[in-house]
Amino acid sequence: MPALAYGRGRSYGDSCLNARGRLIETRFLDRILAADWGTGVIRAEAGLSLDELLRISVPRRWFPPVCPGTKFVSIGGAVANDVHGKNHESAGSIGAHVRAIGLARSNGEVRELSASQDNELFAATIGGLGLTGLLLWVELQLAPVGSAHFETETLPFADLDGFFRIAADDAGWDYSAAWIDGLAKGRHLGRGLHMRGRHATNGGLETHRDPSLAVPCDMPAWLLNGRALRAFNAVYRSRPWAWGRGRTHYDPFLFPLDGIGHWNRLYGKRGFFQHQCAIPMAAAPDAIRKLLALTVGRSEGSFLAVLKIFGSRTSPGILSFPMPGATLALDFPNLGAGTSALLNELADIVLEAGGRLYPAKDATMSPRHFQAGYPNWRRLEAQRDPAFLSDFWRRVTGVAA
Amino acid sequence: MSGARHLLVLGATSAIAQAYARRCASADLRCTLVGRHEDRLREIAADLLARGAAAAEIVTADLAAMEAIESHVDAIRSRFGEPDEILIAYGLLGQMPKTMTDLSQARRLLDTNLTSAALWTLALLKNRRADAPLSLVALASVAGDRGRAKNPVYDASKGGLDVFLQGLQKTYDGTAVHILIVKPGPVDTPMTASLEKKPFLVSPDRVAADICRAVLRRRRILYTPWIWRPIMLIIRHLPWFVFRRLQI
Repeated sequence: MPALAYGRGRSYGDSCLNARGRLIETRFLDRILAADWGTGVIRAEAGLSLDELLRISVPRRWFPPVCPGTKFVSIGGAVANDVHGKNHESAGSIGAHVRAIGLARSNGEVRELSASQDNELFAATIGGLGLTGLLLWVELQLAPVGSAHFETETLPFADLDGFFRIAADDAGWDYSAAWIDGLAKGRHLGRGLHMRGRHATNGGLETHRDPSLAVPCDMPAWLLNGRALRAFNAVYRSRPWAWGRGRTHYDPFLFPLDGIGHWNRLYGKRGFFQHQCAIPMAAAPDAIRKLLALTVGRSEGSFLAVLKIFGSRTSPGILSFPMPGATLALDFPNLGAGTSALLNELADIVLEAGGRLYPAKDATMSPRHFQAGYPNWRRLEAQRDPAFLSDFWRRVTGVAA
Repeated sequence: MSGARHLLVLGATSAIAQAYARRCASADLRCTLVGRHEDRLREIAADLLARGAAAAEIVTADLAAMEAIESHVDAIRSRFGEPDEILIAYGLLGQMPKTMTDLSQARRLLDTNLTSAALWTLALLKNRRADAPLSLVALASVAGDRGRAKNPVYDASKGGLDVFLQGLQKTYDGTAVHILIVKPGPVDTPMTASLEKKPFLVSPDRVAADICRAVLRRRRILYTPWIWRPIMLIIRHLPWFVFRRLQI
């Protein structure tokens, strides 16, 4: 029976599931094996969460080199999905900061992988969706910081061209992402707020607190209807006190949704889908216009639309998601067949533009979309541990077992 | 370094002990970790050092081996000094139907959870300067509050430990020795991973946080999470004709 490591289960789709096999729980595998607080090199077991790492490293003036939108991910999961963050333009994805990996294979071998040792398996394991074996530990180079705070700037833009103009001028701001009003049509299409930040050089080193708010139970699905979305987007955009320069702790800046426990329950029992794509720069403005136009015209709407630029720093990962260009993320409440059809149409636009979808967030991608977006997938398949498999991999490659 | 607080952990590989030591890990903490598995103790010591502990020493010992307890305590005293805080965190759950029919298993459970824990406590308290402050924290269990059909041997071992420590609390009342009895409900640890029904399951870190607060406030008994205090109050006082009908 094939196995798959299960970190903190923060992927949105089936890449961390294995219905026809076993899951290996890694949450007790969370020790720090070695830490050099002089150089910021840390070797930690794969189940350690970013949440914990931040609590340990920030007081010592070190920061995870790359943080995804939630801190409740395991280090192993972050590497297996080669996650990116708001600082992709300057830092690339997390794979660029991995110095070594300890990997247990099903034949009993424990291998130490790095760029100079077992290179192909190292490249397959970064972004390898946990399919190359059980990640035991990861050695990471952390980034030095002066404080736990960020200097921020928020700029409104009236349409998509406005976004690309502002985003082209991000020099000096290591972190950026834009929120898009997913319901604005016509000449307002793609309007939103561009938020950027950089580590402050002075200030406290206090770490984050536990979430204080939580959604207590699944909300009724009608709550997130078109009118509610419209109201939310209108309020969010027109809160002028948020515009301009400011200063904020890393927690609300990098992990805005972590402040609300179980936010996914807002989507009700049937949950939601996410579409996240990466599109090469030349085709990006046009393709993103099409994606937004298609979304706006549909009743599903999109509660959260996030747009950002990917930089050119590459990761060793074979199946790494980011590519130089732009990335768009859209959330859709699950309304059944209509939602699946819409996601398929969106995927077609992405494919046509030479882009690809993000396995960590995906639940519906077809084999055609996957294999076109990741032409190197057979290199991962060649390195896959024969005893490891996921529902995602079965779905997009047709591999049985 | 000698000014640092000295925490002695008996059963340092337990998930709750690890979570607690991590919470305490800072430049003013030295810890001595006692357990059976040297490799795992080494990893835990490295983890605590990385998280800021001033020192983390390991002592490999089978805590349930009664005859060795006094010599271990002497060795720990002479090598690492008198502890300021002791956490007794080891214990067995036992394989359920077996503890009822296999007497050697039942004995091992009682010896480990009750007899050895009591003897370690007595050995550590013996010959101590009366005015030296000490926090003694021991993990009992809500299961010790009333015997259930499910696992009477385990319940008795934890209940016995509870009663023993209550007695000590009276013995040391008004002295510098503070004793905290911790009664967790089911905790999400490797020990409970194979159990099916787990109401109010909490993380080891949550339990550790509750213990930190209770030590600070010098509480006597800690139910964690708090919901177990009213629940056990009711269960302890249920008349037999009601209790016998409960599926516990």
